[in-house]
Amino acid sequence: MTTQNDKFVSIEGIARRYPKAGGGTTTVFEDLWFSMRKGEFACIIGHSGCGKTTVLNILNGLDAPDDGAAIVDGKAIEGPSLDRAVIFQGHSLLPWRTVLGNVSYAVAARHRDWPKAKVNAHAMAFIEKVGLKGSELKKPSELSGGMKQRVGIARALSIEPKMMLMDEPFSALDALTRGTLQDEVRRICLETGQTAFMITHDVDEAIYLADRIVLMTNGPNAMIAEIVENPLPRDRKRTEVHHHPGYYAIRNHLIDFLVVRSKTFKDAVPDGYDRRHPPVVRPGADTTPEPAGRAAA
Amino acid sequence: MTTSLNLRAIVLSLAILFVFLSGWHIAVQSGGGGPAANIDPEYAKLLGQQVTQGKSAMPGPLDVGKTLWGHLANPFYDKGPNDKGLGVQLAYSLGRVLLGYLLAVLVAIPLGFLIGMSPLISKALDPFIQVLKPISPLAWMPLALYTIKDSGISAIFVIFICSVWPMLLNTAFGVSAVRKEWLNVARTLEVGPVRRAFTIILPAAAPTILTGMRISIGIAWLVIVAAEMLVGGTGIGYFVWNEWNNLSITNVIVAIFVIGVMGMVLDQTLARFQRAVTYPD
Ligand SMILES: Nc1ncnc2c1ncn2[C@@H]1O[C@H](COP(=O)(O)OP(=O)(O)OP(=O)(O)O)[C@@H](O)[C@H]1O
Ligand SMILES: [Mg+2]
Repeated sequence: MTTQNDKFVSIEGIARRYPKAGGGTTTVFEDLWFSMRKGEFACIIGHSGCGKTTVLNILNGLDAPDDGAAIVDGKAIEGPSLDRAVIFQGHSLLPWRTVLGNVSYAVAARHRDWPKAKVNAHAMAFIEKVGLKGSELKKPSELSGGMKQRVGIARALSIEPKMMLMDEPFSALDALTRGTLQDEVRRICLETGQTAFMITHDVDEAIYLADRIVLMTNGPNAMIAEIVENPLPRDRKRTEVHHHPGYYAIRNHLIDFLVVRSKTFKDAVPDGYDRRHPPVVRPGADTTPEPAGRAAA
Repeated sequence: MTTSLNLRAIVLSLAILFVFLSGWHIAVQSGGGGPAANIDPEYAKLLGQQVTQGKSAMPGPLDVGKTLWGHLANPFYDKGPNDKGLGVQLAYSLGRVLLGYLLAVLVAIPLGFLIGMSPLISKALDPFIQVLKPISPLAWMPLALYTIKDSGISAIFVIFICSVWPMLLNTAFGVSAVRKEWLNVARTLEVGPVRRAFTIILPAAAPTILTGMRISIGIAWLVIVAAEMLVGGTGIGYFVWNEWNNLSITNVIVAIFVIGVMGMVLDQTLARFQRAVTYPD
């Protein structure tokens, strides 16, 4: 049982290739390995086009790998599932439905035999949870960007999934709204013990939310350079994260990766690098409080 | 601000109407004697007393108004094939248009869905649609009369064929342009293809489909008049032709006016539906 929980999500040697315009194929990535514990929050960072959304779409079942398999809860993913909720970039609400209509659409899909009143009551509970009570009869066009994203979160949570998949859910929001929603998502994930996988471009967001951060090198032929364990305590607060002694070490480590190593990693793959078990690093956990930089690698 | 704009627009509309009606009235009153004087006496006899009495054959707005009032007072009488109330004739035309249009809806929307969802069917049917679409609906008339052997049904067929294309093409376009992200929402919620068609594709494409339906009803109403002139018997188109043969220009003008108003009513009805299904993005 412990192994199941240790590898609640397991990506095993997946590859994704696309035909090139002039013939031949482009390999977005191949032989990618990664696993997640139940209840873990993982973020993946990497430059645009490296294949983050592709990984996420393989996990949610909208896309399929050309090689390898993705396994969740002991079963290979064979298509989209209500067990894995997706929060899309740019909210993707149905504009002809109200807030309540959007959330209850998901609830009704989960519980096909429920009467309408029960569906709506269940949907309302989640609309309240994201703080949108009173706006349930508004159409998405009448909502602010932050409110729309909240509806997306409510919709994902309302089906009570085993796992949440988020593709840059907050990237279109202003800093203030983003902060509030990060707090909410973190609180809800901790409360409900969600396993969460999030794509982000925001290093601070990753440090605040993630237990582990997956670093992906530039594409094509992207690989997982390493997996960074977050040294910050689990009961961290967004407003105090940057006071933690380990904060600058991990932040600099991530930025170093994005600025330099995401490009150069492939040319000088470290000795003993194993695709199946990418190195796990824990910057700032050792004695040096200030820039640990690449010492860990 | 908008109310005052609306008010000013109404005032201006009324002013234009007044200028038009008085211009018409004056033109008919004064221009009377001229053309009638040097007209062929045979033809003058044909044209009847109005001309021979030196009055213009062209009725003025008051004559038309009087006749229109007469029709409105008693729209549904039926005194044989050549003398039916305007309301009866209009009802015949409307019946044909709605029947042909409804058949077109039943064919165009499901077929449009298919074309919109399947690139294969879209490509396969494209050449047929491209060739059939530009054919004037009236060109089908002889073929329809020959095969169907019933002028009423032939007219309905012509309405069907002319209203099917805009609906078909708009439905296909609307369905194929449904945003991928909305379809993905349904897919991640494990919504099956049939439910997906009704809960995502239909509402997403509805505004585009309704645009096609609105274009179609306009074309159908344009075509019915011409079709009925050809097939004869009943209908507002036949009425126009019949009154022309009777040389009752007043009735022709009344009919033109009624055709315009009915067309507007049809268009506005569809516009209302269109507004109901349009969603802000
Ligand atoms: N349908 C497709 N056909 C061909 N190539 C594709 C297709 N979809 C994605 N790709 C390629 O796969 C690569 C990875 O795309 P992906 O969307 O996963 O990137 P990403 O890491 O999510 O980038 P971003 O941060 O910009 O969202 C890109 O280089 C892209 O060009
Ligand atoms: Mg992406």
